[in-house]
Amino acid sequence: MTITERELQRPATAPAFIGISGGRRFRNGLATGAVTLAFLIALVPLVWVIGTVLVEGIASVLNSAWWSQSLNGLLARQAGGGAYHAIVGTLFQGLVCAVIATPIGVMVAIYLVEYGGRTRLARAVTFMVDILTGVPSIVAALFVYAVWISVFGLGRSAFAVSLALVLLMLPVVVRSTEEMLRIVPDDLREASYALGVPKWKTITKVVIPTALSGMLTGIVLALARVMGETAPVLILVAYAPFINFNIFEGNMASLPLMMTVERSNPTAAGADRLWGAAVTLILIITIFQILAAVLAKATAPKTK
Amino acid sequence: MSDPTTTVGPAGTGDPGDRWGSARVDAAVVPEAGIATPDPPTPPGEAPGRTFVQRGDRIFRGLATGSGVFIVALVAAIALFLLVQAVPSVLADQGSFLTGRTFDAGNPNNLNFGILDLLLVTVEVSLFALVLAMPVGLGIALFLTQYAPRSVARPFGYLIDLLAAVPSIIFGLWGLFVLAPVLQPFALALQDTLGWFFLFSPGNVQIAGATVFTAGIVLAVMILPIITAISREVFERTPRAHIEAALALGATKWEVVRMTVWPFGKAGYVSAAMLGLGRALGETIALTIILAATPLFFTGSLFDGGATFASKIALSFAELNNNLSAGAFIAAGLVLFVLTFIVNAAARWVVSRSGAKA
Repeated sequence: MTITERELQRPATAPAFIGISGGRRFRNGLATGAVTLAFLIALVPLVWVIGTVLVEGIASVLNSAWWSQSLNGLLARQAGGGAYHAIVGTLFQGLVCAVIATPIGVMVAIYLVEYGGRTRLARAVTFMVDILTGVPSIVAALFVYAVWISVFGLGRSAFAVSLALVLLMLPVVVRSTEEMLRIVPDDLREASYALGVPKWKTITKVVIPTALSGMLTGIVLALARVMGETAPVLILVAYAPFINFNIFEGNMASLPLMMTVERSNPTAAGADRLWGAAVTLILIITIFQILAAVLAKATAPKTK
Repeated sequence: MSDPTTTVGPAGTGDPGDRWGSARVDAAVVPEAGIATPDPPTPPGEAPGRTFVQRGDRIFRGLATGSGVFIVALVAAIALFLLVQAVPSVLADQGSFLTGRTFDAGNPNNLNFGILDLLLVTVEVSLFALVLAMPVGLGIALFLTQYAPRSVARPFGYLIDLLAAVPSIIFGLWGLFVLAPVLQPFALALQDTLGWFFLFSPGNVQIAGATVFTAGIVLAVMILPIITAISREVFERTPRAHIEAALALGATKWEVVRMTVWPFGKAGYVSAAMLGLGRALGETIALTIILAATPLFFTGSLFDGGATFASKIALSFAELNNNLSAGAFIAAGLVLFVLTFIVNAAARWVVSRSGAKA
């Protein structure tokens, strides 16, 4: 389409504002409705799941014995007892996992951000962390089984569970820490170098304190995530209805394991324990999430 | 301790692993070289060309690099150990590993296992979940990034993330005990009206609701937060100028999304969906709880029971006590590992090729 001389010469007229046509208006409204609906659809299972768990399990949890007693010596159909043994197990396994995974994960992130650059090793590490992120929990458990039990001939134990959880927690810690270290402004590092501070002290005294708030959040959230994992406990440790503080030996309960065991208990006591354990697990995860937020606030760099 | 090589100065190769690129390093080093002359202080380990490095620096660097190497070795070890454990069992397999339809590894002297049915169930349930979750995830991501007012987008996003915080065992229990009975009338209606199509033909399990259908819906809920979180991140990065340009041309909100947000974020969305698929393939306990075991072969129907790789391993592994039987399940786990690896690698490839994730 060519523009003729005459068209160019034509005096400009004020553009008349053309309203949005009905079809476009309709499509716009339809899309708005659809995306809002999508969001509401997602809320349904969330509310439904949490509601179900609370309704079914809140009664067991409100009993003080739930928090202080185990199920030792109780028959499957006997009501009473508590989940203390499982709570202890979940916390122990989670904390041991965190103690192992946190330093390694943070060091890997430091390597990637501060030392690795674009070297071949750094790219390999990034790639492997990506792979590790996608490793299903059951495969992590199988790996620990293959090494710990098949090759080394050690028995099933809670420590083996912690090792499997480490595999699941590591990539999350690396990713979140890496992200936090990367947003520390380079000006801070350069200022520190200019004062003659060696690199490792710059990292430990300047970079990490600046990023600490976000790092802690990431670590605690990762921990909350792995504590709900069921596949590793299913394969790597046997259930015990009593309290066991030794993570290296013997059977040990944990909340997910208690739930899988009580699921095959058809009595009313079994159902109470099952949903009680579910409420407890959600409570513990919620507490850790709140803890993450509190820690983030407490350790945030002072801006004044 | 001042070494003659220090005089090489900033023109040196610089820290080979430096992430700032040479221009920034040079800029940072010039003033530093100036102060270094009068007083030979402990030089920052960073200084290019210097051979003297503080001991603390050397140790710290070693620790960091060692951790990096450890991760690489760890993943290699996972593949290697699984392979080493799986091979003897696969060799001892009486049936065909790839095309066999039964998985019977209880007796180490007579292993007879094949992964075909496990693979089919795993893929069908994951794809079904993906088909359900993809449009909803897209809708949520668009809603949170483009439609919801800024003040509520954050708390709303937090609600969706909460879905990811619920342990999968709880989803499994909810799916079997609460959702399955509710779904049952729909399932029956689907079977009645569309039963001629293989996806909706009556299934091979007697337990109502313990089917791929229920499992897929639960799985869809579980992968929803993953798809949403990554898509949101990408959509949020749509250049403001593109959006404003579209608005200036008189585009409606929906047209803005179609003309700017979607072309920009498409690749990120596809990769988000694939990461969700990777998660679905490996999901263990929810499917172990929901899917009913059945001696019959998988027919491809959504109303079949059966087992996925992960749920089969979880169901049978606790009782194992010999390496040969365990190896059979480890072989299945290895196939699952490879499957999730391919899906995840493809997801990253989609992103890197599009270049949208700057």
